[in-house]
Order: sequence, then C-alpha cells, then structure tokens
Amino acid sequence: MHRRGVGAGAIAKKKLAEAKYKERGTVLAEDQLAQMSKQLDMFKTNLEEFASKHKQEIRKNPKFRVQFQDMCATIGVDPLASGKGFWSEMLGVGDFYYELGVQIIEVCLALKHRNGGLIMLEELHQQVLKGRGKFAQDVSQDDLLRAIKKLKVLGNGFGIIPVGGTYLIQSVPAELNMDHTVVLQLAEKKGYVTVSEIRTSLKWETERAKQVLEHLLKEGMAWLDTQAAGEPQYWLPALFTELYSQEITPEEAKEAIP
Amino acid sequence: MDRFAWTSGLLELGETLVVQQRGVRLYDGEEKVKFDSGVLLLSTHRLIWRDQKNHECCIAIPLSQVVFIEEQAAGIGKSAKIVVHLHPAASNKEPGPFQSSKYSYVKLSFKEHGQIEFYRRLSEEMTQRRWETMPTGQTIQVNKDPQAGRIRAVGIVGIERKLEEKRKETDKNISEAFEDLSKLMEKAKEMVELSKSIANKIKEKQGDITEDETIRFKSYLLSMGIANPVTRETYGSGTQYHMQLAKQLAGILQTPLEERGGIMSLTEVYCLVNRARGLELLSPEDLVNACKMLESLKLPLRLRIFDSGVMVIELQSHNEEEMVASALETVSEKGSLTADEFAKLVGMSVLLAKERLLLAEKMGHLCRDDSVEGLRFYPNLFLTQS
Repeated sequence: MHRRGVGAGAIAKKKLAEAKYKERGTVLAEDQLAQMSKQLDMFKTNLEEFASKHKQEIRKNPKFRVQFQDMCATIGVDPLASGKGFWSEMLGVGDFYYELGVQIIEVCLALKHRNGGLIMLEELHQQVLKGRGKFAQDVSQDDLLRAIKKLKVLGNGFGIIPVGGTYLIQSVPAELNMDHTVVLQLAEKKGYVTVSEIRTSLKWETERAKQVLEHLLKEGMAWLDTQAAGEPQYWLPALFTELYSQEITPEEAKEAIP
Repeated sequence: MDRFAWTSGLLELGETLVVQQRGVRLYDGEEKVKFDSGVLLLSTHRLIWRDQKNHECCIAIPLSQVVFIEEQAAGIGKSAKIVVHLHPAASNKEPGPFQSSKYSYVKLSFKEHGQIEFYRRLSEEMTQRRWETMPTGQTIQVNKDPQAGRIRAVGIVGIERKLEEKRKETDKNISEAFEDLSKLMEKAKEMVELSKSIANKIKEKQGDITEDETIRFKSYLLSMGIANPVTRETYGSGTQYHMQLAKQLAGILQTPLEERGGIMSLTEVYCLVNRARGLELLSPEDLVNACKMLESLKLPLRLRIFDSGVMVIELQSHNEEEMVASALETVSEKGSLTADEFAKLVGMSVLLAKERLLLAEKMGHLCRDDSVEGLRFYPNLFLTQS
C-alpha cells in the first residue's frame, strides 16, 4: 500500500524540492544582478553624456545644484555618500562638497575660542568665502548646510540649529537639548538674553532658566555681562554681527588647528 | 497708434531706463497690429517698443502724450493688458508707422506677464512726471555706417541687446540642463527600483546569497549612491573599495599618528587625508566605513568611539588607559586642570584632551568640579586617601 506524503522518503523529496526552489531563487537573484550590472553600465554612459554637457552648470550654478540634490533625494539617491559613486566621479559634486567640508571644519576650529563652537550660518558663509579666495566657485548657504549634514557622521558634534529664520551651526560635541535650543532662539533677536526674558517669554521657572544659561556659559558659548543695567545679561558671541567682518589672522588659524 | 514715432531706441542724456518687459504686443485701440512681439521699455521720458526679431524696428511715444492708463485683467486665452489713453498727436511729431488712427488709445498686451510691475512703474512715472524736470540733451553717440546708411546701435540699446541675448542663451542652457537632468533622474529611479527588488530577494533568502554576490551588489549600490538596505554585520556598509581604502589609510596615517601621540580625531583625519589628496576626495562616510574595517583587517590602527560620540583613530600600540595614568600624574602635579590647560601642557587638541580626562574620571582617577568657570579636574582624593 502506498501512502502519500509520509515517511522518510517523502520528507527527503520535499527537502529536495525546497532546495531546488531555493536554487532557482538564487539563480533569479543572479539574473537580476547581471541585469543591474548592465543597466549600471548604461546609466554610467548616460551620466557621462550629461556631465560632458552640464558639468559646468553644476559647478557654477548654486540653484541648479539645489535642484539636482532635491531630485536625487526624491528618488532615494545620495550623490554625496561616497567619493567612489558615479555622481561624485563624473559630475565632480563630491569633491566640491568634501572640500567644502574641510573648509568648514577649519573655520569653525579657528573661531571656537571666541564663540564656544557656535556660529551663525551667515558668518560661516562669509569666512568660508574669504578663505576660498576670489577665483573660487561660488558657494551658497544651501551648499554649506549639505556639507555640514555629511560631516556629522564623523562624530564631531556638528549640528544645525534653526534660529530666527536662519541657522546656528554647532561644531563641538556639546550636548544641546531642546531647552538650550529654545533659549538660543530667544537670544538671537538681540544677541543676548536675561533670566527675566526667559521667564516672561518661555514661562519657565528661574531655576530652569539658570541651568540652561550656566550650561551655555560652561561650554563657552555664552559670556556673562554682570555690569549691565538691571540684571546680568548672557551674550552669545556667535550672534555678534561685528565679528562678521573680522579677519582670522594666520596666527589664530594656525593655533586652532592641532 | 499714430502717436508713435520711429526711433533709434537709444536713450538720450538725462533719460533713464525704469523698467522693461519682453513679449509685449501692441494694439491700435481694439485692433492687433503687426508689432506683435517686442520688448517694451519704460524710461523717465518715453514708452519705447522694440521688435524682438528685428532690433532695428523701434518705435516710441513720449510720456507727455499719455492722458491716463488702465489695467485690463487677463482672461482665458487672453493676456493681461494696459490700456494707454493718449492726447492727439502733436503736429510736429516725428514720422511713425501709422499716419492716422481712429482710436485715441493703444493697448499693451503682456504675453509673457510682467504687467503688474510695468503698470506700477508707469503709474509712478505718470505721477512724478520726471520728463518735465529732467532736461534731455543730445542722444548718446550713434555710429553711422556711411555705406549702408544704417545706424549701428552702439550704446545702451546695443548693450541691452547683448545682455538680452546672453540671458536668453543662459536661460536656454539652464532649461536644457533641467530637461536632461529630469531624464537622467528617470533612469536613476529605475536603478533604485531594481536595487530594491534585489534587496527584497536577498532578505527573503537569508544566507542563500553568496558572499560574492553580496559584495557585487554592495558595490553597485555604492556607485549609484543608494543606501544599503541589507547590511552585513561584519563590514557594515563597507565594500571592496572601503577595504582597500582601509589599507591605504593604515599606510598614510602611521606617521601622523606617531607625531600626535598615537591618537587623532576622525575629523582631523578627514582634513589631513583630503588636503593631501587634493582630488578624488573621500566622503565622510567613505572614511567612517573604511575605518570600521581597520580592526577586522588586522591593520595597525583602530577606530575607537568614546561615550560622547567622538570618534578617533588610534595606533594599535596606543593604549589610552595607560595614557590616563600619565594624565593623572600631570593633573596631580598642577593640582587641577581644565581640558584647555591640559591640552596646552601636553600638546594635544582640546577635544582629545577632554576625552582623556573624561576617561580618567570614568576610571575613577579624577574628580570633576563643574562650575560656570568651566570644567576642572582634580585627582580623586576620595579614592587615594580614604
């Protein structure tokens, strides 16, 4: 009497069938990989053609760069992920942003002793442009933000804090939580803030306000003016507009880079 | 339309350009005329229209001829217009394209928009009536070609024309670039879809995809800049490329590390390496992915991540814990030190100095005094003197 589907033989047969199915699955993946390889070659050619016509446009036109980046993001591609990527190699976008990253690091390092590692995007922009010289390509604030986002992965504490319609750039691994950020945003209007202002605008207890301000002092991001009329004022050097026009002397810069 | 006179289009001395707009068509009253595609210029003294195709066809009317102006909103298939009501033509008016007209108004049709701004500016000029107060002198130099008898437009109109052409050229370039970019992105999108499908297959058949195939797939993803959806524990997002890079880094960084006491932050490494390269720079992710492989490739450097998130490269021979012992000595000698002071003494970056002191604290050798004056470290007397 033959019983169907039971017994060692049946189990072995089932295993064989499964193995064959899996094998086919692997073969399918192999096919797709081969297909991807071919399509990749074609894409590379398309990209080369695009580069030969429009590489200059990307180099010279910040608005076009933004469009390019946005489109990449929409389809799920990061043209800056690797210097070895096609985008980087053929369009030169990589070198542009990675070098910008180096310049940003250097500016932040040179000014850290003054602002504790916080700098307004506008000031960073000016200093970077100065460092790049007259004949370098134009760099926009959008470019800076993209370069900074990439730098974060190096574990250096780079961060972007929205304040008053623009951004403060953090370049030290200091912990800045929501409370700190909100006080920075409050200080942005005048360049300084007081405990009373925090109490009034944010409805916080004095203790909470003081803790935040002390943390900023400790990190060197805020300076205390005890001689101000009324109550002490906590100033943020990052927000001083006069500093924008100051040169970083070569000595200062050398000192800053380890 | 009989109030218009032929003109060279050159501005006179004392006459200033206020605004201009392309794509303007003229109407004699309600009727279209052959002036269908031109640049309309408003100056302090006149309204000038120049044909976009034939730049020598240029007509103008003095603003003093304008009685009042009205806006006519755009409709379906109809551009927005400005209606310009005019005084009768002066008897000594210069010759123009029309000898007579049954209308006492003309219409300016803005086929490429710009009507709102133009109307605003024209209204302003009508209010200010600057033509009454600003004397106009001779026309700016005109080069007459004696043979052809034509006026070659040197001067403002010539410059304007060049700018216009350049702008058109740039616009054309950019729109062509955008078009090409869109097409390129379509193709890139196909690649992304394909990679997703392969990634799904890999996920379903865990362990059945060979190491080789995985490596190939990862390198394809790297080329396209597609995030790796299937990460292998051993190398993370690393690929063959990163493996090679890791080996290169081991070579490049040996000496710099020795010069810096055996330890450097990843940020420093990034700057050092890229400055040295000059071209074909590494992305931050490339550097991190390569460094993650250092240990498993048994190279003489390693990546270390401190509690704070700060990432450093150390020589294998470097022992941070041993350095802590010497840090303790230094702090004890001075009684107490901040990260800044310690950094200066030892010749390290402040970032790494701080990490060393924090590590010493973690190991129980140092105590902190955290005040508004800064973070200061003292030898842990609780431990040694209890």
